[in-house]
Amino acid sequence: MGKVVVVTSGKGGVGKTTSTAALGAAVARTGKKVALVDFDVGLRNLDLIMGAERRVVFDLVNVIQGTAKLSQALIRDKRLETLYLLPASQTRDKDALTEEGVAEVIGRLRQVFDYVFCDSPAGIERGAQLAMRFADEAVIVTNPEVSSVRDSDRIIGLLDARTMKAEQGEHIAKHVLVTRYDAARAARGEMLSIDDVLEILSTPLLGIIPESQDVLRASNLGAPVTLSDPTNSAAKAYLEAARRLEGEDLPVVVPFERKGFLDRLLGRRAA
Amino acid sequence: MSILDLFKRRTSAPVARERLQLLLAYERRSRGQPDLVSILREEIMAVIAKHVQIDQDYLQVSMDRGATMSTLEIDIQIPNKSAMPLAMAG
Repeated sequence: MGKVVVVTSGKGGVGKTTSTAALGAAVARTGKKVALVDFDVGLRNLDLIMGAERRVVFDLVNVIQGTAKLSQALIRDKRLETLYLLPASQTRDKDALTEEGVAEVIGRLRQVFDYVFCDSPAGIERGAQLAMRFADEAVIVTNPEVSSVRDSDRIIGLLDARTMKAEQGEHIAKHVLVTRYDAARAARGEMLSIDDVLEILSTPLLGIIPESQDVLRASNLGAPVTLSDPTNSAAKAYLEAARRLEGEDLPVVVPFERKGFLDRLLGRRAA
Repeated sequence: MSILDLFKRRTSAPVARERLQLLLAYERRSRGQPDLVSILREEIMAVIAKHVQIDQDYLQVSMDRGATMSTLEIDIQIPNKSAMPLAMAG
């Protein structure tokens, strides 16, 4: 039985889809069979980030409504044969998803794949709740910024209350993935530090993805950053986060920026 | 105060951390409970409506929370009889 991981955040634009693609591809690189499921019905983007936008024929809603078979809707990645994508519908609205339908699809994916990553839509409404509903684990994508941290806290509350596991009295494993981290700004006290975020959310850390031009470059090219150029700092951070997700005990190194001469002169202190 | 203090800029991250800690402490407490202000509003409305006829819009209930104490503000406007043609005259 495969593991179902929801990638969620509450707030939009923090990097859920990018992280789903990067983590999924990183896990698939190790030979595990991975399915990425886009739950953002009406605003799908995982297909674009994966570079599969022109190969979408059927989608999650078609499978749920019985107009396509699951095997017809799954798109196999051209670079990695262990990586698959189940796109969201672009034309329907979010009400096209039913809990029974999602349960059925996730249940069948779980039998075939080692990992099922559910890319949640932003918000805390129905779509986001269905994306997390059958998850075993959650990756909470957070930017070191007040509104993102607040929304992450809200999502953590929902994960502990509204997931199937939580309702059955089981524990749902939660991990915080800090994205767009700027070590220089954090060192100058201009950005919440990793310690701040972890202390406030009191949830273990999966990884720290530095702010990087390579992430935008990867999405321009339609390739997960962990496949397009696995040597850059963001890709490395995602690869390490994926290993932790698979259970490896790998310490997280907080990116460090040496203070510049001017910072020293002006006496700017880290918070 | 040394001359260097003039160049020191107050960093904003500690402010962000404090604001978040305060806010989340409150939000976590009230999570899962129905919205306190709307319950109060409904019950206050019911009590007043027993004696005086007022419109929903004339009752304002708001809560302002601070670090150690919160204030509940209830503003009830009761229109004069002349302004209420159908009011309980008599």
